[in-house]
Amino acid sequence: MKHCRKVERSIQEVVSVYKQIHSLPQPTLLRDQHYQYLKKGLRHLSDAYECLDASRPWLCYWILHSLELLEEPVPTAIASDVCKFLAQCQSPTGGFAGGPCQAAHLAPTYAAVNALCIIGTQEAYNIIDREKLLSFLFSVKQPDGSFVMHIGGEVDVRSTYCAASVASLTNIMTPTLFQDTPTWIVSCQNWEGGLGGVPGLEAHGGYTFCGMAALVILGKEHMLDLKSLLRWVASRQMRYEGGFQGRCNKLVDGCYSFWQAGLLPLLHRALFKGGDSTLSLQKWMFEQQALQEYILLCCQNPAGGLLDKPGKSRDFYHTCYCLSGLSVAQHFGNMDLHHELIVGREENRLAPSHPVYNICPEKVAQAIQHFHQLPVPVPAQKEVSSACNTTADHS
Amino acid sequence: MTSMSAITQTSDLTNKAALIPLATERPAYYRMSGIEETSNVSSEFQEERSEVEVEEEIGYEDPFRYVFYRDRKEWADLEPVPQDDGPNPVVKIAYSDKFTDVYDYFRALLKNDEKSDRALLLTAEAIELNAANYTVWHYRRVLLQALEKDLREEMRYITAIIEDQPKNYQVWHHRRMVVEWLNDPSEELEFIAEILSQDAKNYHAWQHRQWVIKEYKLWDSELEYVEQLLEEDVRNNSAWNQRHYIISHTTGYSDPAILNREVQYSLKQIKKAPHNESVWNYLKGILQDLGLSSHPGLLEQILELKETHCSPYLLGFLVDIYEDFLENTLEHHEEVLSKALELCELLAREKDTIRREYWSYVGRSLQTKYGSSDSSTTTSAPGIDPGSASVHQETPCSS
Repeated sequence: MKHCRKVERSIQEVVSVYKQIHSLPQPTLLRDQHYQYLKKGLRHLSDAYECLDASRPWLCYWILHSLELLEEPVPTAIASDVCKFLAQCQSPTGGFAGGPCQAAHLAPTYAAVNALCIIGTQEAYNIIDREKLLSFLFSVKQPDGSFVMHIGGEVDVRSTYCAASVASLTNIMTPTLFQDTPTWIVSCQNWEGGLGGVPGLEAHGGYTFCGMAALVILGKEHMLDLKSLLRWVASRQMRYEGGFQGRCNKLVDGCYSFWQAGLLPLLHRALFKGGDSTLSLQKWMFEQQALQEYILLCCQNPAGGLLDKPGKSRDFYHTCYCLSGLSVAQHFGNMDLHHELIVGREENRLAPSHPVYNICPEKVAQAIQHFHQLPVPVPAQKEVSSACNTTADHS
Repeated sequence: MTSMSAITQTSDLTNKAALIPLATERPAYYRMSGIEETSNVSSEFQEERSEVEVEEEIGYEDPFRYVFYRDRKEWADLEPVPQDDGPNPVVKIAYSDKFTDVYDYFRALLKNDEKSDRALLLTAEAIELNAANYTVWHYRRVLLQALEKDLREEMRYITAIIEDQPKNYQVWHHRRMVVEWLNDPSEELEFIAEILSQDAKNYHAWQHRQWVIKEYKLWDSELEYVEQLLEEDVRNNSAWNQRHYIISHTTGYSDPAILNREVQYSLKQIKKAPHNESVWNYLKGILQDLGLSSHPGLLEQILELKETHCSPYLLGFLVDIYEDFLENTLEHHEEVLSKALELCELLAREKDTIRREYWSYVGRSLQTKYGSSDSSTTTSAPGIDPGSASVHQETPCSS
């Protein structure tokens, strides 16, 4: 173990003993309970989940990502079953749908590709029809650089993140696919410094994360006003609760532990790339300890699963993003420079997550390595000019 | 994020045939929960009978009992398509019987590409069971066009659905499509205002509102509406955003009269509620392009407010003014920088400690950018990180 980590551990131990002596509560991550909740959900869900019948790849991703953060292995058989199920969700015309026989949609496409990359087997990678996926992406591309979420569907900045994420992981980026996309994303940054869903809208954590992460993938994050974005997101941490709000003057919500706090690693890297020499070498620019305390003390269901805030019910979406946020708050840096800050016992430690894709960094590397061995599919001739592919079903 | 709203049994929006009692040729499909047969015999000694058997025996059918599509004669020609999750399903939802039945028939319609009135009726049932099923919504739109349905009626339908489930993407997108087809936005502002009266920050509602206003050039009364909302809740950040939206798309902020009006409006709101972050962000937002330090008398006004209406936002705003000054003026650098650094330190240490790391960074950045050339700290060197003092080990790890 590196020397400084040993020292940190010993300090942590001292603080831990102190708290025990003085009967201060040690926040504990309820690993076992979360594991049981996740394990069950991966197989069976109650009819309360009928409202997510058009988001089942999301359920796969939320659960698998939570399990990987908890460093719980997924049994080979289940992993294979997930692959086969996601294959059923793949549309014959490319992309993934919310369930079998549904239409392709960028959100479940993002979730399915992420879930398959978490599984990371050859079987998983082979499920993805890359040629058809590229075709699907072109089919939802708009002339102004944005993407609709599905044929005949709505535009907002989530779509650009979903598209950029799957295209970069599966190596299907072509020169024209993201033409004008960075400009469009940047036009979503508003007077507050954050990004809205479409140009003109209020700055919002979910959309801001999507926009920033998409720009990072496209290598264009410097096109944003990073300083005002940083000011906006730093201001979203609640001084009493320690968690983050999604928008100014709104309430804290555990899921923003990821969407908002997750922006700070992206900003840190962007500023560093831009030549900033005043960045901390140990900490993100938010109060990591306070966020961990909020999640551990306020966002855990004693029976397993995590949630928005006390009084709300648990669900797999909040489980995924509270845990993802907890991981962000625990881990500073990257492979080369890593600094941990674990609130509570060492057992609370989660695996680090990749700040752009929100799956474990090893899985990102492995997927990219695999797909870069394959050639980029050649788009069909009519796809090259995306103007031809406005949603024909629109009218 | 998800609305796990209860599934209502009856809906007069969907199947008008539902309310026709059994006596006529067309059977009823929506029935309220089955008759409870009262009996002196305790249930252990009764045979288990289905509602249908009971009804046939006593010669009375409840006209409001739900009938599955699989039992409806008019649907007998269509073979339902069960969902194919694959061999060993994962994330398997325990659908109710009703849900399975409706969606088995929806899949059948889709497979046959059937374009009929009964298909349209079924989409409404499918939507009621899961309003987030975008595939169903898309199909509904295809049907509306193919069957040349009355779009005014569709407006009434979507109005009711949105009232019931206002935090859903699909319902708002559908409304937008219908408005576009009708090319008639005349109901929109009032409708959206109604939804906002229930939740003044509904993101979808604001998105729809901005689209309607821009598309149909309905700018005229919006500033008044925004002021009304701000009157009701000066902390409504969505309303502040709308204010910015309207003004940027109409007069703009370059006219000094407009800019000054907005600055005065903001200062007035600050005095009423000094700890309202929205108004401070708005003030900064409208002044930053021109430069915070360029607005005459602003610094003095803020320093005055500091005595009576101080807040972390005011202090942050001062940092911003000083920074802008440093950016745009050459004189008094040392003095201004020192004031700015002092504020950053105050914010980090005492007034806004949750943002300690951020304010420390701002201080270091200002120091580096505007500090004199012989100032000491270069924080990229290992071991020295004065901006992030903490309990933990200072020396950063490196491999």
